[in-house]
Amino acid sequence: MIELLEFWRQSLPELLEGFALSLRVTGISLVLGIPLGLVLALNLQARRLWARLPALSMIEIGRGASILVLLQFVYFGLPSAGLTLTSFMSVVVAFTWCTAAYTSEIIRAGLESVPQGQREAGEALGFTRADLLRFIILPQGLPVSVPALLGFSILMLQASSLAFVVALPELMSKAQLIGSNTFRYMPLFTLTAVLYAAVCLPATILVARLERRLSRHI
Amino acid sequence: MTAAMSAAILGGLVWTLALSLAALPVGIVLGAGLCAMRTSGMAWLDLLAACLILTFRSVPPIVWLFLIFFGIGTGLFRVSPFQAAAIGLGLITAANLAEIFRGSLKAIHVGQWEAARALGMPPLWRLSDVIVPQMLRISLPSIVSYGIGLIKDTAIASTIGVPEIAFKASHVSQTTFKGLESFALAGALYILISIPIAMLSRWMDRRLRSRVAR
Repeated sequence: MIELLEFWRQSLPELLEGFALSLRVTGISLVLGIPLGLVLALNLQARRLWARLPALSMIEIGRGASILVLLQFVYFGLPSAGLTLTSFMSVVVAFTWCTAAYTSEIIRAGLESVPQGQREAGEALGFTRADLLRFIILPQGLPVSVPALLGFSILMLQASSLAFVVALPELMSKAQLIGSNTFRYMPLFTLTAVLYAAVCLPATILVARLERRLSRHI
Repeated sequence: MTAAMSAAILGGLVWTLALSLAALPVGIVLGAGLCAMRTSGMAWLDLLAACLILTFRSVPPIVWLFLIFFGIGTGLFRVSPFQAAAIGLGLITAANLAEIFRGSLKAIHVGQWEAARALGMPPLWRLSDVIVPQMLRISLPSIVSYGIGLIKDTAIASTIGVPEIAFKASHVSQTTFKGLESFALAGALYILISIPIAMLSRWMDRRLRSRVAR
């Protein structure tokens, strides 16, 4: 038991270093992906099909192909098309794509929850399309999507563990690396699981609480 | 992209489907159990189930698979990659389905329980003839969309060596250096599998809805 704790104490600094990278890569992908998701959601409202098509195909591929395959496509596939990215960049590109695809649906649902009358009233008052969006639709539609976006962010942090297939030295890679040197997989992956849970578990509870509070008046 | 390459990647389809079909029943059975615990009315069972559900959902799938395959699998007893993946994905599925079941259980009117009891039905009958059929109808769309997500999650099993689509794609890309085509085909396959399932679900949902008066 003492020996196990000592092993954990020894490997913890390196795992935490990996976890910091996991958090960073998730954060960057969310910061880039969510605004892109908003753009895609707005693009979907275009009336003509050909105007919607680029956004639609980006969303369907981002949601339909597994995120692992997406990541491998960017890292192992794009080089043969002449575009070589570092593992960090590949992860950011693939995760941003995935984030944009999923959050566009969440944001779209939020925007659609704004009653039609609000839009009509804005039009009647002579708002331009941009002002309508900025002052009427977005301020009412975006807060509705916040709990779902936070829930998705937790899932993305978990998904960042997939980045180990492209050898990004995040938490999972670090655990795997120490594991292959010491052959003590069980205690290592347990500690890894504890680290993920230490962030995701309280976060999940908080998001559930926020969701309840926001829906209290409905 | 030669025919041999496509055939190799398509060969992974069987394993992808097999793994999904193995993890889903594990998830349904365990999920029903967790849901029963959550709604049992006994505080400690409820708390235990809530903790289990949170834990299953708070650890990434890949960590579960590694923990089961490299951790438990090399120590206490042997598990094959397929078994490890089915158990790991099954646990996560169970946690998510338990919440879906609980939501649909809440949506059933209390009067249904009361009426069944008033008719003198024994408890198991009440469940199997009155409650579960309604629960299924309500939760079917969510179960299917979770199932579609599960199919995509099986790609994670490639990391412990289950020869499914993603595994085959990376194998082909390593041997032929045609990563672009291999992974594009793999991605397209996942999309292609989910389309008919989504259509089937919508059709079934419409059919089930049309049979109940509202």
